[in-house]
Amino acid sequence: MTTATETIPSTPVSRRPAGTFLRLLKFTAARLFSLFVTVVIGVFLTILIANMGGYVDTIRRAEIREGIMVRVNSTNILDNLSAEDRLKRIEDMARLEEKRLGLDQPFMVRTVKYMSNALTLNLGRAQKMSSDSGSRTVRLIILERLAPTLILFGASNILLFAGSILIALNLSRNYGSFLDRVIVGLAPTSSAPGWFYGLFLIVLFAGVLRLLPFGGMVDAPPPPNRFDYFLSLLKHLVLPTVAIALSTLFLSTYNWRTFFLIFSSEDYVEMAKAKGLTSRDIERRYILRPTLPTIITNFALILIFLWTGAPILETVFNWPGLGRALFQAVGLFDIPVIVGSTVIFAYMLAITVFILDFVFALVDPRVKVGSGENRQ
Amino acid sequence: MIAFRNSMRDLGRYPSAVAGIVLIVVFIVVSIYAMVAVPYSEAIRLWRADEGVWYKNPISAPPAWTNLFRDQKLPESMAFDSRDESVPKTVMDIGKGLQETVITYTFDYSFDSFPKEMALYFKSAYSQKQPYVSALWITPDGREIRVMDASAGSSSTYYFSQDSKLERRLGGIKPAEGLFLPPESDSHVAQRGEYQLRLTILTFEPDSAIDAEFVLYGQVHGWAGTDHLRRDLSVALLWGMPVALAFGLLAALGTTALTMIISAVGTWFGGWLDELIQRFTEINLVLPFLPILIMVGTFYSRSIWVILGVTILLSIFSGQIKAYRAIFLQVKETPYIEAARSYGASQWRIIFRYLIPRIIPVLIPQLVTIIPTFVFLEASLAVLGLGDPVLPTWGKVIDDARVNGALFQGQYYWVLEPSVLLMLTGLAFAMLGFSLDRIFNPRLRGL
Repeated sequence: MTTATETIPSTPVSRRPAGTFLRLLKFTAARLFSLFVTVVIGVFLTILIANMGGYVDTIRRAEIREGIMVRVNSTNILDNLSAEDRLKRIEDMARLEEKRLGLDQPFMVRTVKYMSNALTLNLGRAQKMSSDSGSRTVRLIILERLAPTLILFGASNILLFAGSILIALNLSRNYGSFLDRVIVGLAPTSSAPGWFYGLFLIVLFAGVLRLLPFGGMVDAPPPPNRFDYFLSLLKHLVLPTVAIALSTLFLSTYNWRTFFLIFSSEDYVEMAKAKGLTSRDIERRYILRPTLPTIITNFALILIFLWTGAPILETVFNWPGLGRALFQAVGLFDIPVIVGSTVIFAYMLAITVFILDFVFALVDPRVKVGSGENRQ
Repeated sequence: MIAFRNSMRDLGRYPSAVAGIVLIVVFIVVSIYAMVAVPYSEAIRLWRADEGVWYKNPISAPPAWTNLFRDQKLPESMAFDSRDESVPKTVMDIGKGLQETVITYTFDYSFDSFPKEMALYFKSAYSQKQPYVSALWITPDGREIRVMDASAGSSSTYYFSQDSKLERRLGGIKPAEGLFLPPESDSHVAQRGEYQLRLTILTFEPDSAIDAEFVLYGQVHGWAGTDHLRRDLSVALLWGMPVALAFGLLAALGTTALTMIISAVGTWFGGWLDELIQRFTEINLVLPFLPILIMVGTFYSRSIWVILGVTILLSIFSGQIKAYRAIFLQVKETPYIEAARSYGASQWRIIFRYLIPRIIPVLIPQLVTIIPTFVFLEASLAVLGLGDPVLPTWGKVIDDARVNGALFQGQYYWVLEPSVLLMLTGLAFAMLGFSLDRIFNPRLRGL
């Protein structure tokens, strides 16, 4: 068992034998490949759901016809044709365009094509929504909204992970104390999602006390100064972060504290105590180290659950992120944006799973040493 | 059976479990009451808020019990109909086919604040000439204020607040306030006592008849308050209970049972089936659950049953399958399975009679603990505007409140009532589930 938990990520090559690094690399590559396949299948299923009623196709056909109508009306090439001939001509042009775009192909072929477009977020133009910079390209709309979402969930997840581990360690040290019993008692409150606590927080801190803003990401108008902008962002971050924390913190601390307690009753911990190691060393080497894989798996599930809740949390807090874009797209029935947001959520889930897998590989000796199964 | 009784006894030792059970029983009783008291079709009709269903309710009024915390008591709504026996109505023939109808509404006003609005709803029958109404307002100290002089059509409404003549007569004060203010006083507190509104109606045809309903719109209403469409929130709060319970229980049961069976079958047969299930679980992990539900809700159907089905489908291949698989893999190797095999039990018999029952103790706490997740999921979808189009649910009330700015306007009751109910439901199942987990999971015992 190694103790150098914190040195591995920074310099894996110099400190570790080459074999371990290679194995890690191989593991990562295999994981990346399998995740990519997973995402492709996931997006395919998503598209299938979105297109099952032929919605996407109907809309694209309508778009083609509309475009041709506009083109025909803006010039006077066809003016001397009779109305019937004109309609026939427009119909022909539309059919040609459909053929060009492959809309005359069988359903499955089309779906696969659409999937590859969706995978590259090449979804064309939004029907009603536009980005803040005025563009109507779906990719731009989505990329613009990505940053706020990453800020919100990045900040809250890091806080959540660090906070939970620290509190859980503290509780396992003071097992049975008042605080311990309070946290155990509060664990069931984590059955409510973040947006739900968000409502109460908004009522209390924004509505009654008027301390914090109701929602949004920065003040309106945004402060010109960088520092002020950052402060304003922090101010707006408080409530959503607290809401996320409230919905998960108690449960995760409760779970992790229990893991720590279970592992601290192992024989080798008793042995270490008998050897006279300091409690700090025991905690780091013999309790934290073996529980990390379990904790990371647990955290992965929490993360995935949190991602899933993004649309609604961002809606409640008016946070201009991806989730809210999805919500707005639903309201406007803007199908390309809905499909695009769903796809990017799939990407983010996959990236989350990958990062956690990677960290898992770093802390799980079975992967590093190469024994046992690589998957899971 | 004995084991079951023992675990029940153990449950009694956890106060949170007892509290959870009590709450759940209360919810079930309330659900049954709601379904009996307000039948399904009636609930839907009420919630659709057609014209003429809720017109007697004030808009966005907090519940009446909030008066307990107020110094100035806010008025409750009152309605008097001349078709009722309790409202005196006399019809007198004064010759030449003319009739004089006198309707007197008498009511006791014991509040400090003023009504939001007052209105008279007329229903009259005539062939040529509309009846003519003059109304007199009589305050507790005997002042008589002329209120209305106008003809009333077959179905017409007189709003006190829209009568600018009356407002001028009251010295520029809004009628709903001016009619209740004590004379020659600077205070802005309504005069308590017995008020009277006397309508004297002349009808000009022998078979002409008229009835009038007087509605005083209060500032508080019922035990639950009203929303922006005058709907009584008690309908949604009551009916939200069975909907939430049904959705939570069915989704949790369906998901857990299917996950368990699939996991057992996969583990037992192993090979490509097991591998397929494993890969499927991984794909499901990157499928964005809520966005897909949103897509289904937008493109296909918002019916709660469709959403329930999709929810179950998407939740079957969850991370839980791996946890069950680990247990099944252990159980598969135990001697009693070997014994079952040797006496010639069929594959399915082994799966359903020997494999699955072993996992039930792990399963029950899990089942109870995930119920709140689904209850909240239903609310989440409603808050996103994808709630069932016809059913009154808690989530829809929260959504209405949010969309109509209840939080900004201080109508906290509107958000808090359904939220507290959701919270209680979630807590009840979570508390019970946590206690069950400790009982069935010996490693957690005492931790």
